[in-house]
Amino acid sequence: MTEQRTGQGDILIFGATSCIAEHVARQYAAAGRGLFLVARSEEKLEIVKKDLLARGAARVRTAALDLGELASLQRWLREDFHALHRESPIDTVLVAHGVLPDQGAIQDQWSEIARSYDVNLLSPLLIVTELAPHLSGGVIAVITSVAGDRGRQSNYIYGAAKGGVSLYLQGVRNRFAKQGVHILDIRPGFVDTPMTAHVKKGPLFASPEQVASGIVHAVRKRKDIVYLPWFWRFILFIIKLIPESLFKKLSL
Amino acid sequence: MTTQGNGEASAEVSSWGRYPRVRQEVRELQWRSEPLGAPSSERTVLPYGQGRTYGDGCLNEGGTLLATERLDRIVSFDPETGVLEAEAGLTLYDLLHFAVPKGWFLPVSPGTQFVSLGGAVANDIHGKNHHRAGTFGRHVLGIELERSEEGRISCGPEHESELFRATVAGLGLTGLMRTVTVQLKKIESPYFDVETVKFDRVEEFFELARESDREYEYTVAWIDCIHSTPHIGRGLFMRGNHSAAQSPQELQHVASPARLRVPFSFPRFALNRYSLGLFNTCYYQKQREKVKKSREHYRPFFYPLDAVHHWNRIYGTRGFLQFQCVVPCEGDIIPIRRILERVVRYGKASFLAVIKEFGDLPSPGMLSFPRPGVTLCLDFPMDGARTLQLFSELEALVLEYGGAMYPAKDACMTGKAFQQFFPEWRTFAAFRDPQFSSSFWRRVTDGVIDER
Ligand SMILES: Cc1cc2nc3c(=O)[nH]c(=O)nc-3n(C[C@H](O)[C@H](O)[C@H](O)COP(=O)(O)OP(=O)(O)OC[C@H]3O[C@@H](n4cnc5c(N)ncnc54)[C@H](O)[C@@H]3O)c2cc1C
Ligand SMILES: NC(=O)c1ccc[n+]([C@@H]2O[C@H](COP(=O)([O-])OP(=O)(O)OC[C@H]3O[C@@H](n4cnc5c(N)ncnc54)[C@H](OP(=O)(O)O)[C@@H]3O)[C@@H](O)[C@H]2O)c1
Repeated sequence: MTEQRTGQGDILIFGATSCIAEHVARQYAAAGRGLFLVARSEEKLEIVKKDLLARGAARVRTAALDLGELASLQRWLREDFHALHRESPIDTVLVAHGVLPDQGAIQDQWSEIARSYDVNLLSPLLIVTELAPHLSGGVIAVITSVAGDRGRQSNYIYGAAKGGVSLYLQGVRNRFAKQGVHILDIRPGFVDTPMTAHVKKGPLFASPEQVASGIVHAVRKRKDIVYLPWFWRFILFIIKLIPESLFKKLSL
Repeated sequence: MTTQGNGEASAEVSSWGRYPRVRQEVRELQWRSEPLGAPSSERTVLPYGQGRTYGDGCLNEGGTLLATERLDRIVSFDPETGVLEAEAGLTLYDLLHFAVPKGWFLPVSPGTQFVSLGGAVANDIHGKNHHRAGTFGRHVLGIELERSEEGRISCGPEHESELFRATVAGLGLTGLMRTVTVQLKKIESPYFDVETVKFDRVEEFFELARESDREYEYTVAWIDCIHSTPHIGRGLFMRGNHSAAQSPQELQHVASPARLRVPFSFPRFALNRYSLGLFNTCYYQKQREKVKKSREHYRPFFYPLDAVHHWNRIYGTRGFLQFQCVVPCEGDIIPIRRILERVVRYGKASFLAVIKEFGDLPSPGMLSFPRPGVTLCLDFPMDGARTLQLFSELEALVLEYGGAMYPAKDACMTGKAFQQFFPEWRTFAAFRDPQFSSSFWRRVTDGVIDER
């Protein structure tokens, strides 16, 4: 299959009721693309579907799935995915679901930590593993985070999952490059979404619209890794320069 | 801001006028399917759109604000009829962005596109076409309301019509609007044919208004409230009509979005009688000819202020007060003249003085502000007691002439004045949801213990 196929097939979104994903979907809908939405709440899916159809989506298909239930997710990826891919081909996948655990509350409770890893780490890896072989000419974009660039005491449970996904993506990108499967790692900084509803907003916060535009652009340009907004690349560059001997004494 | 763990945060929130500033909880709503939950006996709630209300109409000191910004989804749109149903948090900016390329426009537009649909209904807003189209509420076909006891109720001009009359201009007090259905207006082009006419006294404004309202769908005037010689009330009269399409692609044109922003609060000394006077003179003199014609995109025509984000910061951290009144005129210009004279004497009215004659189409809400007469709207930097004194004198004048002041622009009208301006307020009070309240409502009903 050839590269031109991207831009014509449907866009499959995991975690499609996430605020960032919804704004990405609106941009594709306005361009008349077809969408396939996966999220766990039927009710929310219906609301988003209506909105996207009104905004001009060619078609909107949906599936309700708990993406932290890995066995049923795998079944879906092996069976349903192929059926719907045949029905109307998919050439772009966006993985957007995630949870931001309350580090202080769960850092000594392994079962909670492991549960967050099902959603933030294993679920994206499973999706990439199952779908990459079938998407030659297409793009798989995964939302990770700047939090995955360095472990910090205030947020390492989340950060390690995101960083783990980034590393895995690097390998998969390398493996499938020759087959024309494009793997995009999206690393947003602070975004004003329900996930950060409890956090005081400062000047570093970006809007979900702004981040969505960055994602659509990066998919079109077939970028490998993007920081959104761009200045986070610079901030993380500095943060990564701090020697570990000093870093461990800071309370970040 | 302190975190509560459940997405609720206590915050100091101020409205667009940055006066007053009060503390309250803020709860971000995410989905229209999520119920509001059981009423609490301690805290009242108030829906909050884009906070473009000037005074305390969108504030609820000690209570909770229900932030609707994320409720911005479209429910349905019919490109044949222009009927749009959307969540109430959708901004007019996003609505236009969606509808204009399809050949549909807002039936009524305020002076900024950064207001929500819910806010537009809750204040039953008016625009430059009031003499033709009346208020926003006249174009609303239905509202999905959520009330603390009854749950979801839909109302409209033809069903649950009393609840509808209470909810339009209902100041967010009859419940949370989940969705609003509105009839949009067909257009061929996003451009307007505009004429700007210079006038040098308030009498001339009235002549222009009478003459223009017949042939122009949109009219409004800017009036100088600082200079009074040789005459009081020089200004620029703007009138326009929807333009015919010059090319089929024209509907896709977008004017460049706002690029300027006021990054911080200005020090107060920056605004004084001289700088404001100079601004007014420059603005007036900018146009040399008596009549200027142009073709303008809807953005600069309707929303010139939107080009500068956070322009309210030029008033500094003490904020500012807006004054908007309507007084009957019937050919009698004495009321508006006396109000203007009082303002000119005060000396620190700002650049944004706007005057317009309302038409006589009835407003649908029990508490709707627009009614036949002349409306004058201007703002004043908040200078403490001196400014409050001016406002109490202006209020007395409006009362004397049988006019009204606009709750959306108000931070200090008295309960006595409110009750006289809005004689249906007691009928309205019976429709208020007991769980809903606002700083404004408590202020203007204070002293009336049993409002029912
Ligand atoms: C620059 C500027 C120009 C303006 N020009 C005009 C004008 O030309 N004409 C005019 O009429 N007004 C004008 N206004 C005033 C403005 O249109 C109103 O104050 C409007 O209500 C603001 O909408 P908002 O979304 O910001 O609502 P907010 O200010 O957040 O809230 C306003 C009211 O709406 C209620 N509300 C909001 N959402 C809901 C909901 N979902 N359900 C129930 N109640 C809700 C709130 O409780 C509150 O009572 C102007 C304001 C500015 C800043
Ligand atoms: N906001 C930020 O500052 C920020 C910064 C960097 C990266 N990110 C990442 O960006 C992505 C999108 O997040 P957002 O900011 O848009 O926040 P969001 O609106 O809270 O989205 C998170 C989404 O994940 C879904 N989800 C969580 N667990 C799930 C499960 N078990 N099964 C199915 N869906 C599940 C949630 O579904 P429900 O709606 O059903 O709960 C929700 O839609 C996430 O991966 C997040 O980690 C966000």
